[in-house]
Amino acid sequence: MSEARTVLIDPLVDNNPVTLQMLGICSALAVTTSLLPALLMCVALTSVAALAGAAISALRHRIPNNIRIIVHMTIIASLVILVDQLLKAYAFETSKQLSVFVGLIITNCIVLGRAEAFAMKNGVVMSFLDGLGNGLGYSLILIAVATLRELFGAGTLLGYPVLELVSNGGWYEANGLMLLPPSAFFIIGLLIWGIRTWRTQQAEKPEYRIHEVHRTEVF
Amino acid sequence: MPDKKEFDRDSISNTLIVAIGLSLVCSIIVSSAAIILKPIQEKNEEEFRQQIILDVAGLMKPDVDINVLFESIDSRMVDLETGEYTDAADPDSFDALVAAGDPTLGVAIPSELDIAGIGRRAKYAPVYIVKDGAQIDQVILPVYGKGLWSTMLGYLSIAPDGNTIKGLRFYAHAETPGLGDQIDKEPWRAQWTGKLVYDGGDEPQIRVVKGIVPADAPGAKHMIDGLSGATLTANGVTGLVQYWTGPHGFGPYLKTFREDRVRRAVRPSALQLAEITTTNQLGHHDE
Repeated sequence: MSEARTVLIDPLVDNNPVTLQMLGICSALAVTTSLLPALLMCVALTSVAALAGAAISALRHRIPNNIRIIVHMTIIASLVILVDQLLKAYAFETSKQLSVFVGLIITNCIVLGRAEAFAMKNGVVMSFLDGLGNGLGYSLILIAVATLRELFGAGTLLGYPVLELVSNGGWYEANGLMLLPPSAFFIIGLLIWGIRTWRTQQAEKPEYRIHEVHRTEVF
Repeated sequence: MPDKKEFDRDSISNTLIVAIGLSLVCSIIVSSAAIILKPIQEKNEEEFRQQIILDVAGLMKPDVDINVLFESIDSRMVDLETGEYTDAADPDSFDALVAAGDPTLGVAIPSELDIAGIGRRAKYAPVYIVKDGAQIDQVILPVYGKGLWSTMLGYLSIAPDGNTIKGLRFYAHAETPGLGDQIDKEPWRAQWTGKLVYDGGDEPQIRVVKGIVPADAPGAKHMIDGLSGATLTANGVTGLVQYWTGPHGFGPYLKTFREDRVRRAVRPSALQLAEITTTNQLGHHDE
């Protein structure tokens, strides 16, 4: 089952939906101020991506071409509502912090992109694994960003104090910028830089390079 | 029709079957999830509402059971028209929104007075009285009104002078995330603490202005900074606070605090209360 392995592992780093495909950036900025809502968002998105992949793949021979995006949206939206209702019942406080962003998974490019690009052409199990892998790839970035933001922005992790804040008599001055959306851009940017330095094949070729023109001297 | 060799998934019949079948299955899944999970969600909402009451009163402590904390709060019903306490309904189970729609328990709000945009209100309203030893520390009033998208429900805490605001918090609203939802976020909501509702008269002067309140502006103690990008939500907040502290809302009740010192003492026993109510009704005050 090496193919299944590739489908699951590939989106973690080599084909990461956030750092390589640049998808799902909106929620990556919005829900990463602290780790707990980010984790919840990861669980929500990963389960929706995996289940939507499986459901769409199961129906792929029946889905008419001209309404296929609507069919995808209906399946994804139903799953998102299901997840949202579950969160409101069993993780009420954190779901309040996530506010609209769980609902916005419906329009998350990763979910719709995998449905269209993978689930419509592959089997149920593979599509499930593909959704799972892409969800986990997204989660990896979200968790990294949220850990950095919560640690340096509030001195805590999952609400537990790690760096003793000056305001509580410690030594660490909280960096307020970390709690604002731009910091997520900086962190994601640095992550992309890091990954592309490590995996040089991810670096894109420049679209245009200024050529040096050798002028022939005319007398 | 689906032949063995060629099944045409783009045919009109298949399109209709998939569209209708999928809608049906999805709607059943979604609605059964909503119905099954509703009791748990309602319990969460209720606990959250109580938490907000405790929070606006400054009594919220983490790791302590909400019900234990809630015991230090006295809930009473107020007849809004007279501003007197009443036993006509149970304050703990009273649902103001349901009662407002009820022909006997609710009254229509004349449109020129309806600055909160709610149409009708209940005749009675629960109030939550927080004591500090023998004195009343604050009274917490339920307030609600229309914002831009939604009805915003919250609690307004007033000091026993019947004028100074101690806090305003919302427990349910659907205002724009990131803009209008600042109404229940720090630092905006902290501004309400210490502001004055009235300026001598009975008409509330408190309002959310556009932009920042200049510190030396006349009447700055009645003004709250605006919310940029959320003017309509902010106007809704002004409307609902003014309505509920106004003559058609809790105005008569708050007036008793501004005028009548007896009210500021700890809640009188039922017997004393009956006496006060009778003397008030008969109109002889012996103060």
